[in-house]
Amino acid sequence: MSRRDWLPDFLARLAAEHLLARAADEALLAPALRLVLDPEDWGAAAKVAAHIGLRHAGVWADASEGAGVPASFAANLVAGVAADLDGEHDPQRIAVYACLEHLGGYLVLETAVPLERPVLPSQTPHYPGLDRLERHCHDLTGVVFQGHPDPRRWTRHQAWEEDAFPLRTDFPTAGRSGGRVPADADYPFLTVQGSGVYEIPVGPVHAGIIEPGHFRFQAMGEEVLRLEERLGYVHKGIEKIAEGRDPEGLARLAARVCGDSTVAHTWAACQAMERATACAAPPRADWLRALMAERERVANHLGDIGAICNDVGFSFAHMQCARLRELWQRRSRELFGHRLMMDAICPGGVAADLSADASALLQADHMALRAAAIPLFDVIDDHPSLNDRLITTGHLSTAQARNLGCTGSVGKASGLAFDVRRDCPYPPYDMLEVVVPQESDGDVAARVRVRMTEIQESLILMDRLIRTLPTGKIRVPLRPAPPGAVGLGLVDGWRGEIMTFVRFDTDGGIARFFPRDPSWFTWPALEQLIMGNIVPDFPVCNKSVNGSYSGEDL
Amino acid sequence: MDHYLTLPGWGIAFVQSFLYIALAPLLVGWVRKVKARLQNRRGAPLLQAYRDLYKLLAKEVRVAHTASPLFRAAPYIVFTATWMAAATVPLLVVDLPTAAIADIIVLVGLLALARVFLALAGMDVGTAFGGMGASREMMIGALAEPAMLMAVFTLTMTAHSTNLSSVIDQHLADGFMLRPSYLFALGGLVLVAIAETGRIPVDNPTTHLELTMIHEAMLLEYSGRHLAMMEWAAQIKLLLYGTLIANVFLPWGIGRGVSAAALGLGLAAVLAKLAVLGVALAVGETVLAKMRIFRAPAFLNLALLLSLLGLLSHVILEVGA
Repeated sequence: MSRRDWLPDFLARLAAEHLLARAADEALLAPALRLVLDPEDWGAAAKVAAHIGLRHAGVWADASEGAGVPASFAANLVAGVAADLDGEHDPQRIAVYACLEHLGGYLVLETAVPLERPVLPSQTPHYPGLDRLERHCHDLTGVVFQGHPDPRRWTRHQAWEEDAFPLRTDFPTAGRSGGRVPADADYPFLTVQGSGVYEIPVGPVHAGIIEPGHFRFQAMGEEVLRLEERLGYVHKGIEKIAEGRDPEGLARLAARVCGDSTVAHTWAACQAMERATACAAPPRADWLRALMAERERVANHLGDIGAICNDVGFSFAHMQCARLRELWQRRSRELFGHRLMMDAICPGGVAADLSADASALLQADHMALRAAAIPLFDVIDDHPSLNDRLITTGHLSTAQARNLGCTGSVGKASGLAFDVRRDCPYPPYDMLEVVVPQESDGDVAARVRVRMTEIQESLILMDRLIRTLPTGKIRVPLRPAPPGAVGLGLVDGWRGEIMTFVRFDTDGGIARFFPRDPSWFTWPALEQLIMGNIVPDFPVCNKSVNGSYSGEDL
Repeated sequence: MDHYLTLPGWGIAFVQSFLYIALAPLLVGWVRKVKARLQNRRGAPLLQAYRDLYKLLAKEVRVAHTASPLFRAAPYIVFTATWMAAATVPLLVVDLPTAAIADIIVLVGLLALARVFLALAGMDVGTAFGGMGASREMMIGALAEPAMLMAVFTLTMTAHSTNLSSVIDQHLADGFMLRPSYLFALGGLVLVAIAETGRIPVDNPTTHLELTMIHEAMLLEYSGRHLAMMEWAAQIKLLLYGTLIANVFLPWGIGRGVSAAALGLGLAAVLAKLAVLGVALAVGETVLAKMRIFRAPAFLNLALLLSLLGLLSHVILEVGA
């Protein structure tokens, strides 16, 4: 069965609803297909998509110069034809994109709204996971999503004026405000009324060395009635400072979207740029990228498993995992130059080659990790005291996970075995067999089991990658980007699917960069899975989801 | 009983009560060290707990604007009450004037006093965490105290006295005898001790997660010497329970009378017993995860049940035997 078997059905249903959808140049956002919609059909199209069960992989807007070029011209642009597009006469527009996925086939919906009146029907009523993405989009570009259930601002705390939108061309990259930013003290949290109901504010500064985020609990006794998250405290303006960068600079920036997913985010950004410039990395580079991505997955899963155990007071497992992870990261530093392998991937390839004797070293490492981790995982999996805490805790049903569009270990633990590496493979995974763990329990224990299985599968993959490592170049120079070239990067990071959109400007610099971390969909999952649990179980639920603050705050 | 109230007796009592203060961080350091070893870590030095206290004592005290005088007074009250309670538990020698003037029920009362002030201090500043910790602490306390009293009554029924010195004297006089009632009471007291001293599986003394804390949640607003007093009091409490278990159920080695030899032997014996108990605690904390908070009542009900069984088995099996 092909990955796009559902597309004719979707198009037929759109037609039945009298929604005007034009298929646009396919190659532009490969592997995704493109469909250009009228702005007024934006919400209705989402309704149709939700009805046939497509997963929403994110929405973003492009308000930079030259955005929203009509589809008919876009093809000419890519072909390098100097199309006569005079920005002076063309009213400036904001292009809005939405990415859908089903059975490994991707589809990007596009539309454009005039800058003077950027109004678009919201897709959130049909896709609850989009709630914060649309609010983020509004905060940064000013697109008003009509019918959005939540009018509160999300990413903008108080750092810029209420009517200013940083991603528009009239906003300086350095920002306007100087000095202290007022506290975002009057965010209206939803409260629960009733006798015996009380509120617990937690954060944004936490006791451990973690990132800032505010959690507002409504609790009765020890039971959580409602949890609301408030993020955005580490908004760094990634999307704005990406503008005008060269590909090298963008890769470095992407590496800093989220430190623990630095390999996956850099890969996604580089993949997007390489697709935009029709330039493929040499096979050896692909293999090395995959090796690093799997190393990142193993390191983070080890850390997560240990942290989950530590949160229920089982520090033995925490210490063992910390030890294994530390040895692992030291090896990464030795062979790839950085503990987290930051900046090891660059446009067109990888920054440094693996030495000849590294293969033996790595294979010995994999054996050692297996020897240490498998007995440890047996202990964790079959420890009555741990099971008592982890089983049934923080349950996320398959329906909830699907509704929000969760990927990664959260989705896999709730019965959604989607993995970009298997379902929409990119080199080198198209040459490898990726086994994706799937659990149906949806509790913390299931999320731990998914991580334990993924570590073992990653070890198998890495052994195979080392054995089949091609020789040859590790890097090719990126071709100059055609003006307005766009590309979509789709990579499976250890948290789940990372989708990165890149558009070049007319000088070969970056006009728009949007990295969509999987945390956009797992943070709301945390709000749902904590309901009915007790307050002291929140840390372990939170750790089992492990959303990225930085990746969502951008 | 009057023979305890001699000048040398008071001298020993004085020395012993300061020994409690001096040794308490050592026991905590020992437990941490053994735990670290069990986790394949090297761990902090044995004396790290002393250094931490010294550091805290030297630090500036920051008090929240909303704090009442009670907040400032509580650390001293908690420390003193715990210390007074510890002074009534024979550490080196049996014959203690403090044990003569304050029996086990006073001990339980002093610990309850410390708990009340700890909980009040937790709520004083008005943060959510302090209030949560206080509410959880009171829940644990309300369940632990009856179990503790039951266990204590089992002991006192054998000795026909609520005086700890008399209980130990009686036990020593009887020689080694396997009393079912003592075994049950020991079980009950161990569970109570784990809950009362905030150890795994009831509470986690090393956690940084505010939402899961019991004891630590009430201390979150404390700093400097206030925090040092609170931490120290918790360490003394651990030593108190350790000594209570070691010297009441296994009193052999404890000094009788006031002589250098008796004191030396008593010190060596109690250190050895506490070291073994510390290892047992560390092993327990390593193999167990923390319970859900709603399991704590079941845990303490078990303690109460064991203590009650001790009491019953004393009445059924031992009275008149």
